Amino acid sequence: MRRLLNPLPQMIAVFFFLAAVTMMFAPAVAKAEYPEKPISYIIPFNPGGESDITARLQESHLETFLGVAVNVTHKPGGGGAVAWSEFQRTAKPDGYTIIGCNIPHIIGQPMLRKDAGYETNGFDLIMWFHFTPNALIVNSESPYQTLEEFLAYAKKNPKAATVGGSGSFSANHLETLRMERAAGVQVTYVPHTGTGPMIPALLGGHLTAAMGYSMLGVQYKEKVRVLAVAADERVESLPDAPTFKELGYDIVGGAFRGVAAPKGTPPEIVAKLAKAYSETNKIIAEKQRQLGFVMTYATGQDAYNLVDRMKKNYEGILQEIAEQKKKQ
Amino acid sequence: MEKLLLAMVELADPAIILIIFAGVSAGLFVGAMPGLTATMALAVLLPFTFTLPPLYGLVALGAVYMGAIYGGSFAAILVNTPGTPSSIATAFEGYPLSKQGRALEAISVATVASAIGGIAGVLFLLFLSPPLAKLSLRFGPSEYFWVAMLGLTLIASLSEGSLLKGLLGGAIGMMLGTIGVAPIGGETRFTFGMPVMQGGVEMIVALIGLFVLPELYNMAAQGRTSLGEVTVDSKEKASFWRVIIRVFSMPGNLIRSCIIGEIVAIIPGAGGNIANLVAYNEAKRASRNPERFGTGVIEGLVATESSNNVTVAGSMVPLLTLGIPGAPPDAVILGVLLLHGLRPGIELFTTSGVLTYAFIVSMGLAALAMVPVGLLGGRLIYRIIFRTPYYFLVPTIGLATILGTFALRNSVSDVIIMLILGTAGYLLKQIGIHPAPIVLGLILGSIAEVGYVQAMLGGAAYEYPVLRLFENPLSWVLIVMVVFSAAWPFLMALYRRMQLRRRSPFSEEDKR
Repeated sequence: MRRLLNPLPQMIAVFFFLAAVTMMFAPAVAKAEYPEKPISYIIPFNPGGESDITARLQESHLETFLGVAVNVTHKPGGGGAVAWSEFQRTAKPDGYTIIGCNIPHIIGQPMLRKDAGYETNGFDLIMWFHFTPNALIVNSESPYQTLEEFLAYAKKNPKAATVGGSGSFSANHLETLRMERAAGVQVTYVPHTGTGPMIPALLGGHLTAAMGYSMLGVQYKEKVRVLAVAADERVESLPDAPTFKELGYDIVGGAFRGVAAPKGTPPEIVAKLAKAYSETNKIIAEKQRQLGFVMTYATGQDAYNLVDRMKKNYEGILQEIAEQKKKQ
Repeated sequence: MEKLLLAMVELADPAIILIIFAGVSAGLFVGAMPGLTATMALAVLLPFTFTLPPLYGLVALGAVYMGAIYGGSFAAILVNTPGTPSSIATAFEGYPLSKQGRALEAISVATVASAIGGIAGVLFLLFLSPPLAKLSLRFGPSEYFWVAMLGLTLIASLSEGSLLKGLLGGAIGMMLGTIGVAPIGGETRFTFGMPVMQGGVEMIVALIGLFVLPELYNMAAQGRTSLGEVTVDSKEKASFWRVIIRVFSMPGNLIRSCIIGEIVAIIPGAGGNIANLVAYNEAKRASRNPERFGTGVIEGLVATESSNNVTVAGSMVPLLTLGIPGAPPDAVILGVLLLHGLRPGIELFTTSGVLTYAFIVSMGLAALAMVPVGLLGGRLIYRIIFRTPYYFLVPTIGLATILGTFALRNSVSDVIIMLILGTAGYLLKQIGIHPAPIVLGLILGSIAEVGYVQAMLGGAAYEYPVLRLFENPLSWVLIVMVVFSAAWPFLMALYRRMQLRRRSPFSEEDKR
């Protein structure tokens, strides 16, 4: 027994000594004109996704404009909700912690989940920097050449057409539901755990079509055909793909990506960050456009207006789902 | 072919050789630390690669990836805790070997097997990409479901002793996997009103908790490390050439494990974490004395370490040809390719062919580099762990575990979950429920769920949606394998009993 207990204090001492050494590497707090110390830029998704790729492109330019290091960290889980809820609960509104935000995620999740843990309006929005419109995409070997052909099949065979997308109640899902309403058809939406896992399902012919982001049409040019894009105008990198609007369906939507600070951050700090992000956006625009992104520059009041506009856009569908859920 | 030669010329650059050695060493370190994963290492490395020319960046990423998957075996062999999920089964044989004082031998075997696996993966990628890519696309939702079922049949051979306890462990794992936001449908489950629980139990958090903590508790309770001193005989056996001869003397095992590794690798979403378990299981099944597995059998070690390193280059088959990441770390590499304007597909092998081939071949070189790095580094790490008094070792590993868990998703709640699971795992181990089936259940539960729900949705227009699971020929191949694999232990038992009876006319049963 003595042999067992004896080394315990030693072990505890070593543990705390190491812990203390580790702490010393943590950056010291300083107070002067913002920004004085590194900024932590949280991405609420896994590395390798669209949000991450964008953040990596922004990182070095942001550092030039702000004059301090910008550290990209990942906190994935719950479709972003884990990071967003923790951010709203704990992040200090001092401008040194900022977080990537997505529409419609931050609109849909708080409405449809009981424990989302955050609010749509609980952020100080810095900027929405780009937009990836939804697009209805089929495998290039698919028999459907146009949107009309696809919809005709869906009309004739209710629920038989499977439409894949990333996530449930995501931009892809909501757009599919709106397409069903607009065209008076019934399809089966098949959610995937991300755009990544959906691609093999589409290329392997396990889905009739996919409601994905327009970038897919650019990245997999030879293997897929874009039937329609849910944007106001044709996307630059997909000049041959018609918009839903051109084809007579008023469907515009997709994912907006942006960045936000904790509620209550001083407005001059938010403005400074917005400026750095805007300048960065101009520099990386060319690279991003090639990948299929549509650049946006919504800062200040515009950023909030965009959320309001998209909220209205999705409200009908979201409320319908929420009521259905209550009944179940 | 011409491009391949040009690629070799590109690689004959001292800077590249330096990057490969540095990358493999860094990867080895990351892999050996429980909690630091290959995906994380690549994500951390990512910003640095932007400043480098594309080839240098890709070579660095490939080398780190290769080293990390291999490095996981060190922790598995020396501390009984897989450094990455890819070396879970390595601990089954490697740690008993260490206990017997054969740690160096185990490390050398793992090194050589890893190098062979790594090179085999590169060969698959170079010469068999198009057909393999086609095969990978055949896996749809119903196939995923059956693959998960096939994986669950492994529990029978993973559970030492009682099958029932093994199944119980698997069930616990699958239940842990249901916490958080449902992968399909987006409902939150078992969060008990806590928003942090939306993230669920990350597989690696469970892996660290269930494997590392019980081992630390053991060390603390016993007051010593359980590594045995290296015996003279074993030191001789650990010599490089003898190990090479030994490993190559089991060609059947090597070929089987490499093919298993490659097939698992091309299934998007499955990687070394599943490959090493399947290869281990098959090695055990093919062995003449399967009952000795778990006591330090070299064949088992060769199977796991060769199969998991095949997946490094192997999982890049769907990545480079189709742009589909075959394993989680590949998603990061896809990001790098896209950022450099390299679009996966045929173009990658034609227009930018030299770069692509150079990248592929560099992974083969990284596999070779593992041999010197691993043999030297292995000895060093062994010595450090062996010589360090346990009252330094236990708190150091403990702190590294906590930091690693935190760094995974920058989340304190993950650390708490890890500590709870680890303590529970220690207690479960006392009553004979081992961590391997639990982790397997956690990995496979969500794959099975996603496959099942997606297949049901795909069959929404059918009268019986469940028929969707039995539609494709590939599904049927898998179903046959599931049935065979599940029945195997019983068939073996039956066969043995019959043999016994034939040998002695008065067998146990007759006497009764």
